[in-house]
Order: sequence, then C-alpha cells, then structure tokens
Amino acid sequence: MEPTKTPAPAQDADRMILNMGPSHPSTHGTLRIVLELDGEFVRKATPEIGYLHRGVEKLGENLSYHQFIPLTDRLNYCSSMMNNVGYTLAVEKLLGIKDPARSQVIRVLVSELARIGDHIVCVGVNAVDLGAYTVFLYLFEQREAIYDLFEMAAGQRMHTSFTRIGGLMRDLPPEFAPRCAAFADKMERALDEMEALLTHNPIWVDRTKGVGRISPEDAVNWGYTGPCLRASGVAQDLRKAQPYLGYETYDFDVPVGTTGDVYDRYLVRTEEMRQSLRIVRQALAKLEEIGPGPVIVDDTKVALPPKEKVYTRMESLIHHFKLVMHGIDMPVGEVYSATEAANGELGYYLVSDGGKSPYRIHVRPPCYPIFSSFDEQTRGCLIADAIAILGSLNIIAGELDR
Amino acid sequence: MIIERLDAQFPDLILDRHAFRDDQTIVVPRPDLEKVIEFVYREGFQLLLDITAVDWYQRDPRFDAVYHLLNLASQERLRLKVRVAEGECLPSQAGRFKSATWSEREVFDMFGIPFEGHPGLERLLMWRDFQGHPLRKDFPLDGGDAFCGDVGVSFAGHARSLKD
Repeated sequence: MEPTKTPAPAQDADRMILNMGPSHPSTHGTLRIVLELDGEFVRKATPEIGYLHRGVEKLGENLSYHQFIPLTDRLNYCSSMMNNVGYTLAVEKLLGIKDPARSQVIRVLVSELARIGDHIVCVGVNAVDLGAYTVFLYLFEQREAIYDLFEMAAGQRMHTSFTRIGGLMRDLPPEFAPRCAAFADKMERALDEMEALLTHNPIWVDRTKGVGRISPEDAVNWGYTGPCLRASGVAQDLRKAQPYLGYETYDFDVPVGTTGDVYDRYLVRTEEMRQSLRIVRQALAKLEEIGPGPVIVDDTKVALPPKEKVYTRMESLIHHFKLVMHGIDMPVGEVYSATEAANGELGYYLVSDGGKSPYRIHVRPPCYPIFSSFDEQTRGCLIADAIAILGSLNIIAGELDR
Repeated sequence: MIIERLDAQFPDLILDRHAFRDDQTIVVPRPDLEKVIEFVYREGFQLLLDITAVDWYQRDPRFDAVYHLLNLASQERLRLKVRVAEGECLPSQAGRFKSATWSEREVFDMFGIPFEGHPGLERLLMWRDFQGHPLRKDFPLDGGDAFCGDVGVSFAGHARSLKD
C-alpha cells in the first residue's frame, strides 16, 4: 500500500502545532516532537532531544575506565549487556588485550540474549501503538525470562554492569545453561505465536506496509545502521563484516529487507531474533566444549586480583590498591571500537592521554542518526503513521541524549 | 589503502597520520577539509558515522574535530581529523551527508565550533538559553553557575532580601 499523501500543500496559517511528548505514551522515553499538522497530515516534524541528557561523556572524563561501565548500562537500557560488552571491547582495544575464550563466548551469549530482549521491546511496543496488545503480552513474558537469566548471571536485571575490562565480573552459574536452553525453546514458540498474530494480519500489514519507506542510498546518507539499514536492503552487519568476539565461528544469517518500510523492519527484527536464538544455542554448546576456565585476564595490572588473595597476600593487596587508586596504566592514543548493537553500530571513541580517566570519551549511539531522519520520514504521512514509524525506529532516549 | 590514494591525489597534504591499534587516522589542514571529504566520499566512504571533537585546551589550535567514516563496500574505516582554533569555522557537511546535520549541531552545542553553511545551527542537547559549551575542558563538571542560569540569580536575590 502506498503511504497516504494529500495532493495540494495547505497554507501555513491552516497548520496546527501539536506537541508530542516530552512525556507521551508512544514516545517511549523522554523525547519531544513538535508536529506541524494540516488536518491529520504531518507537514513538518521537529524532534527536540536532550531531555534525558546526563552529560555521560563529561562524567566519563572524570571517572576511571572501570567506573564508566555502570554509565553504559544507562545508554540503551533495553539491552545494557551489549553496551557493557561494546565499552569493554573499546577499552581492551586501547590496551591491546583480549579477554579469555570462555569470557568471549559468554559475552556473545548475553549480547544475543540482550538483542532478543531489545527487539522484543521494539516489536512489542510498536505493535501496542498500532493496537495489537496481545503480541506485546506474549513477548514480554519472554523478556521476563531474559531478565531472569541476566539476574542469574549479573545479579541485576536491567543495569547489569556484567563485563569488566579484560573479561567478566564472574562466571555463569551452573543452572544458567539449562534455563537458557529452555528459554530458547520457549522463545521459538513465542515467535511463532507472534508471527501468527502479526505477519499476515491485514490490519498490521495495512498500517505498516509502505509506511516510512527509505531507499538504501538515503538510509546510508542518513547514517542508518542495524535493522533499519538492513530493512532497506543493505546487508551491513558488523558481526559478519568486521567480526569481533569470534562471531566468524558462529553460523547465522543476516536477514535483509527490500523497501525499508515499517513492515520490513518488523520482518528483519523477527528474523534476527530467530538468528540470535541460533547463536545462543551454539554459544551454549561452545561453553560446554570449552569447559571451566578463567573469565577474566590473569593480569593484575588490568583486572582486580581475587578477593581471597587480596585479604591474604601482600602483593595482591598492593595490586588492588594500585588499580583502585591509580587505575590502569593506559597507553597514549585513540581508538574507535564498534559493535553491532540491537539498533545498529554502537561505537565508542576513546582518547587517552595516559591518565587514570579517559581524556575524551564519546559514544556513537545507533539510534541518534536514525532519529535525525524523523522529519523526512514522516512528512506527508498521517499522525498515526508517524507513531508507527517512531516505534519501528526503536529510539531509546537514554542513548540518544547520553 | 585510502591513505595511499589520498597521498597520490594530494601529495604533502596530510599533516599527520598514525595507525594506532590499526585505526587509520589522518590530520588534514582545515582549508582542505572540503576537498578531502569530497575525495573520500567518491572513493566509497559514504557512511559518515559520527562527528565529534576533542578539546586540547592548552594547545593552539585548541580543538580537534574528528570525523569517522566507513566504506561499506570494502569495510574500511577512516578517521579524519582537523585542527580548529577558537572562533574558527568548519565547512558543514550537511549537504553531502544528512547524518552530519545533528552531529554538527551537537559539536556546536558541546564545543562551540561553528559550521559554515549548516541549514540550522542550533543547540541540540542543551536548551537554547544555555551559557557555555559543556564538553570544553574549562567548563566545570558540576555545571557551575551556568547550570543554574537565571534560577540561581533570582534565588540569590531572594536570600539577600531575607538577610536584610
């Protein structure tokens, strides 16, 4: 279906200004959009961001490298695991170290769980906005299961802070793997249920097909990455294109859309959840294969020594003290490290002058350039379409405003 | 690879370069930024991921503007840096890369570097009346007086009148 467009542009005086947000049920976070309306049609949409700006980058310049990890939880709070992983990978790149094999597999495992969780929020909430409440409930039951798994792993459901520079905070408990395998089976069924409710649902198809369409050239020009870029037909996935954490050893496919509309974004996210489940299963098998082992580098200049050693051995106590008080000995230099987060390329740019805290830390949130195209995406659409587009772009105000 | 192509096209243009941890980085003179970006754009670096800046407040010129570009075909990354002094302008890339529209507004907001030819250079994250540029190194971490704005002034007046 073609997006509905009015033939003649109305005069300015006929326009009505409508404020959507900063607190509105369908803005999913504290963001504000000033809509200029001509009847039901959007003539101009001006996003106003910054309501959730906490000065994360400024804070980072005054915190040690380790202390920044909890702040990364609060960037994309729907998939904080992936932010933790992305940040620690950036610091490890700066240090020139790699985490142990077991830690790498666990990082992949929790990242993919977080990706499923993030897509659940996006698809579920997008469906609620368009009137399909059941899908949301079915999916959120599974999201709870993911949070239970995260609680098991990190002791926290949402703000996990699970990674450490050089590895992980701790190993997974033994009961994690069976629970995770059971979740993967249930999630598979939940996805079937969701697809049965949405994919061929005429109302859902009418509301989403042709809405928010974007060409691959425009998507690249706007700086799109992730599912929104893939929905328009560009098969760019950093897990395949520039593999990290050993993603090249996993067997999975990258789904690609054709038109880049809301419906294709939904299909891409759905298939990505299935592919993530494949990776989760492979990661579980890999963990079994690797067997028990260290989950953090054995280098007391980077990672804190184990507590029992700190209490009983002088040398470990000194290392602990030095790490906490003086931080890690960082080389002077700058790195940009990118990972494929749920929304797209999540980049961290670190500039080090060799001090305890980064000289400059910059986050490249994936939804930030995507949201900047909102005006072009919605011009000429109905308000109802604008809501559908907003949901499909998956804007997370935490990472948008930083 | 792109750096060799750049060297061949514009000999002696690159001021400084390094490949720390395999991140290819070049520093180009500010007046040549436009032509370098146009060249790398034609070479396939069509995804402008990000524009940001670094404040080296004891150095002259004070700022580094940092452009991160990605070539989707070859998966090559390029970091392009330009040194900008206080009060100097950069050419806006918003015409070539729509993704630059917000990134440049953010750099203007956070560092006070203006971009010439930008369609609407306004603050992005901070509000319009905000004083100062928060990511400059001389901007206080707690926000200083600027953070309170007129609220602080009126409150101070109120406190004085209580004393009198």
